[in-house]
Amino acid sequence: MLFEDLKRLVNGTQLPLHEVVLSYEMLENGEDPQTLKNDLSKLLKIMLEISDKIYGKKFQTLTGLTGENGFLLSKVDDGLLGEFIHCAVVTAISMSENNASMGRIVACPTAGSCGVIPGIFYALKKIKKLDFETLLNGFIVAGGIGEIIAAKATISGAVSGCQAEIGTATAMAAAGLTYCMNGNIEMVESAASISLKSLMGLVCDPVGGFVEVPCVKRNGTAVGVAVVASQMALAGIESVIPFDEVVDAMKKVGKSLPESLKETALGGVASTPTARKILKDIIENLG
Amino acid sequence: MSILDVVGPVMIGPSSSHTLGAIRIGRFVNRLLGEKPDSVVFYLCGSFSKTYKGHGTDRALLGGVLGMADDDENIKKSIEIASSTGLAFRFSAFENEEVHPNTVRIECQKNGILHDVWGASIGGGAINIFRVNGVECSLNGKAPVIFVVNRDVPGALSKILNKLEINVANLYLKRLNRLKLTAAAIIELDDAPSKKTLEELKKLDVVLELYYIPKIF
Repeated sequence: MLFEDLKRLVNGTQLPLHEVVLSYEMLENGEDPQTLKNDLSKLLKIMLEISDKIYGKKFQTLTGLTGENGFLLSKVDDGLLGEFIHCAVVTAISMSENNASMGRIVACPTAGSCGVIPGIFYALKKIKKLDFETLLNGFIVAGGIGEIIAAKATISGAVSGCQAEIGTATAMAAAGLTYCMNGNIEMVESAASISLKSLMGLVCDPVGGFVEVPCVKRNGTAVGVAVVASQMALAGIESVIPFDEVVDAMKKVGKSLPESLKETALGGVASTPTARKILKDIIENLG
Repeated sequence: MSILDVVGPVMIGPSSSHTLGAIRIGRFVNRLLGEKPDSVVFYLCGSFSKTYKGHGTDRALLGGVLGMADDDENIKKSIEIASSTGLAFRFSAFENEEVHPNTVRIECQKNGILHDVWGASIGGGAINIFRVNGVECSLNGKAPVIFVVNRDVPGALSKILNKLEINVANLYLKRLNRLKLTAAAIIELDDAPSKKTLEELKKLDVVLELYYIPKIF
């Protein structure tokens, strides 16, 4: 799937983007649009239910390096973020800490980046009070963006770095958010492009290889990128580079990243003196 | 490629390759036995052996062997659950340069019979079971499988295959013991066989042992 294809179909058929995404799936994979919609509806429901359960909670994570960040943020709102982003970031961090404590999550697109999309959709439900059908349509559009990236490039941090995981999650979230806020297809494209460009080159450098540092907090800050990109696009700011080309560029950047920055825990913050010391302590504690 | 490759699955964290894949390899063993084993040893290779505690790979493997689903919240407590149900288990590191870095060899016992399954978690929750009781294979857990130990005599295999009304996707064969005249076959199927078919297969004179493993996910 290419974004260009979706644009052509939307302009040709005058159908809404989420329906075009579902129809495209049918053409490509023979998947019944209604069945696919039901499957996605189930996943979104589970995602929102889990968000409700974990919001601002404390967690006992596997390494203990994270676990209370969502809780801390939930208690403080100095007005810097605004209600919407505050809610979204608390959800994203809590979801990510839930993941790190062997909780139940929806991989979206991966387990390591599982906080960003629920963050946005939970805030749309809680703060913007959008109905489920609108959220589902945005979720379908987000899924389409993710599929374009997965098909053209990758969503694996081990292959292309964190830009492929958190970067993809953020582009999906920004596209879904823009669509839920009645953005047209050009705005959806710009929101996804601006997000992915903002996170291009992001390396995968988990301390000790564990999905906690810097992954948990990165899920939180990525939500901010998604919201800013979406608001920019909704204001009419256009991405100069089309989405399909941004994805190609991301893939090339991933290829030129050294192995040390692709989930091997050998570079980035994973190779700092503090990370090495922490890792030594963890290994001793876990036995 | 489908949207569902990007959105979902619902799973227990923290990592699709270190947790979800491990649950699924463990569950393959549970389905092979039809229940939990009496005792089990997990030999962890490469990245699995170095990081298994920080990723919960140990709990994931045990949860799988106990038969838990991909998103069962009890996986977190599987060590405690295994202990309380009297399942003896042990984790051990092993060096093997030949295999995928996220490989586990599961050796287990049920009613005095030993089983030996090798599996790799190859990314995104996908698995490759590549050795079952000495027979080399490549199973992804998405198709039903029959593991059969048969008499190593002419026509044995055709008798077995003739009973199957379902298309065979892949077939793996190995002679186990020439003196005892035993061989094994792993038959990967396109669809699940009926109960009747499985009963008829078990009754064949050439069939010594038969295990049916439904698809894992």
